[in-house]
Amino acid sequence: MIALLLRDLRLALRAGGGFGLGLAFFLIVTVMVPFSVGPQSALLSSIAPGVLWLGALLACLLSLDRLLALDWEDGSLDLLATAPLPLEGVVSVKALAHWITTGLPLVLAAPVLGVLLNLPAQGFLWIVVSLALGTPALSVIGTFGAALTVGLKRGGLLLSLLVMPLYVPTLIFGAEVARRGAQGMDAITPMLMLAGISAGAIALLPFASAAVLRVNLR
Amino acid sequence: MMPDLGKYADTVLSAYAASIVLLVALVALSLWRGRRVRADLRAIEARMRRDG
Amino acid sequence: MSLWEYANPKKFLATSERVLPAFWALSGLCLVVGLVWGFFFTPDDFRQGSTVKIIYLHVPSALMAINAWLMMLVASLIWLVRRHHVSALAARAAAPVGVAMTLIALVTGAIWGQPMWGTWWAWDPRLTSFLILFLFYLGYIALWAAIDNPDTAADLTSVLCLVGSVFALLSRYAVNFWNQGLHQGASLSLDKEKNVADVFYQPLLVCIAGFVLLFVALVLYRTGTEIRARRMRALIARERAGAA
Repeated sequence: MIALLLRDLRLALRAGGGFGLGLAFFLIVTVMVPFSVGPQSALLSSIAPGVLWLGALLACLLSLDRLLALDWEDGSLDLLATAPLPLEGVVSVKALAHWITTGLPLVLAAPVLGVLLNLPAQGFLWIVVSLALGTPALSVIGTFGAALTVGLKRGGLLLSLLVMPLYVPTLIFGAEVARRGAQGMDAITPMLMLAGISAGAIALLPFASAAVLRVNLR
Repeated sequence: MMPDLGKYADTVLSAYAASIVLLVALVALSLWRGRRVRADLRAIEARMRRDG
Repeated sequence: MSLWEYANPKKFLATSERVLPAFWALSGLCLVVGLVWGFFFTPDDFRQGSTVKIIYLHVPSALMAINAWLMMLVASLIWLVRRHHVSALAARAAAPVGVAMTLIALVTGAIWGQPMWGTWWAWDPRLTSFLILFLFYLGYIALWAAIDNPDTAADLTSVLCLVGSVFALLSRYAVNFWNQGLHQGASLSLDKEKNVADVFYQPLLVCIAGFVLLFVALVLYRTGTEIRARRMRALIARERAGAA
C-alpha cells in the first residue's frame, strides 16, 4: 500500500498535474471573486469563509477526473485489481494520494488567500481546521465519483454533476464552521458534524467505490 | 361555475396551469416513447421472423 | 437469447398490460374528482385566501417526489441482490417521473410562496432539500444515459442511488442546521398538514390517491417501454452479428 501511495505521489509530482493545477485554480477563483462582487472590504470579509470553501471544493472537483482515468487508460488499474491488495485498499490509497496532492495544499494555502479576502483575524484558525477536517471527505467522495465515471469517454462534466450533490453536506458544515469561527461564534457543533461526515465517508465509501470500480473493470 | 378566487386568481390559476402542463407533458412523453418503441420492436420482430 | 433471460420480463409485460388500463382510469378519475372538488367546492382559507387551493397539487407532488426516490432505492436494492432485470429498469423508468414531481412541487411552491411570503424562493430547509433532491435525480438520469452497457449502467446507477440516498438524508439534516444558523426564527414552514381542516383534507386525500395511482401507472408503462427498448437493442445487435 505504501509503495502504491509513493508511486502515486511521485507520478503526481512528476506530471505536475494535480499538484500545481488545483492550487492555481484555487488562487484564480479567489482572485476573481473581488472582481465579480466588488472590492468593499466589509462584504469580502463576510463572504470570505464561504468563498474559500467553494474555491477549495471546485479545485478538488477539477482534479478528480485525473484521479483514476490515467491508470485506467494505461491499464495499470487492471493490474491493481488483480494484485493481492484488495480493491478497497487501492481506492483508499488513491483517495489518500489525491488528498495529499490536492487537499493538503489547499488547506495550507487557504490562510494566505484569506488575507486577500480580508478574512477576520479569528477566522484563520477556523478556516484551516474546517478545511483540514473537510477535504478528506471531499477526496473520498470524489474518488467514488471518479470510480463511477472512469469508463466513460467524456466523464468530466458528468462527474461534476454526480459529485456536486454528494458534496452538499460537507460544504454546508465546513463553510458553517469557517463562518461561525470568523464571526467569533461557537463552531464546535458543526465541526463535530463535519468530522463525523469525514469519518463516515472515509470508513464506508471505499467499499462503494471498490464495488463500482469492479463493475467498471468487468 | 367559476369560483371567486379573489386577488390571488393569477397565483392559483398559474399554479394549476403549470402543474397540469407538466403532468400532461410527462404522460404524453411516456406514451409517445412507449408507442414508438413498441412499433419499432414490432417491425424488427417481423423482419427477424421473415429473414429467419 | 435464452428463454429465462426474458421469461420474467414477458410475464411482467403481460401482467402490467392487463392491469394498466385500470390504473390509468382510476388515477385519472381520482385526479379529476380531487382537483375539481378542491378547486371548485372548497372554501378559501381565512388567512391564505384562495391560494390554499394550490395544496391539492403541491402536497401530493412533493410526496411522490420523495416516494419515487424511495421506490428507486428499493428497486436498486432488489437489482443488486437478486439481479432482477425488470427491477433495474423500473428504477430507471421511475426517475423521470420523480423529476417531474419534484418540478411540480418546486414550481407550485414558488408560485404559492410569491404572494404568501413575498418571495418566489427562500433558502428554507424544505425548499433547499427539494432542490438538492432535484440535483440527485438529474445526476442519476445522466449516469443512466451515459453508459452503453445496460448491466453496467444498472449496477452503477444502483450504487449511486444507495450512496445518494445516504447523502440526500445527510443533506436534509445539514440544511436544517444551516438555515437555523442563518436566520433564526424564520417561520417559513410548509407543514400545515397537521392543522388542515376536514374541508381541505378530504379532497387532498383524493388528490394524493390520484398522484400515487398515476405514478404507479406511469412506472408500469415506462418499465414496459424500457423492457421493449432493451429487447429491441438485443435484436438489433443479433441482426448485426448475423449480417457480419
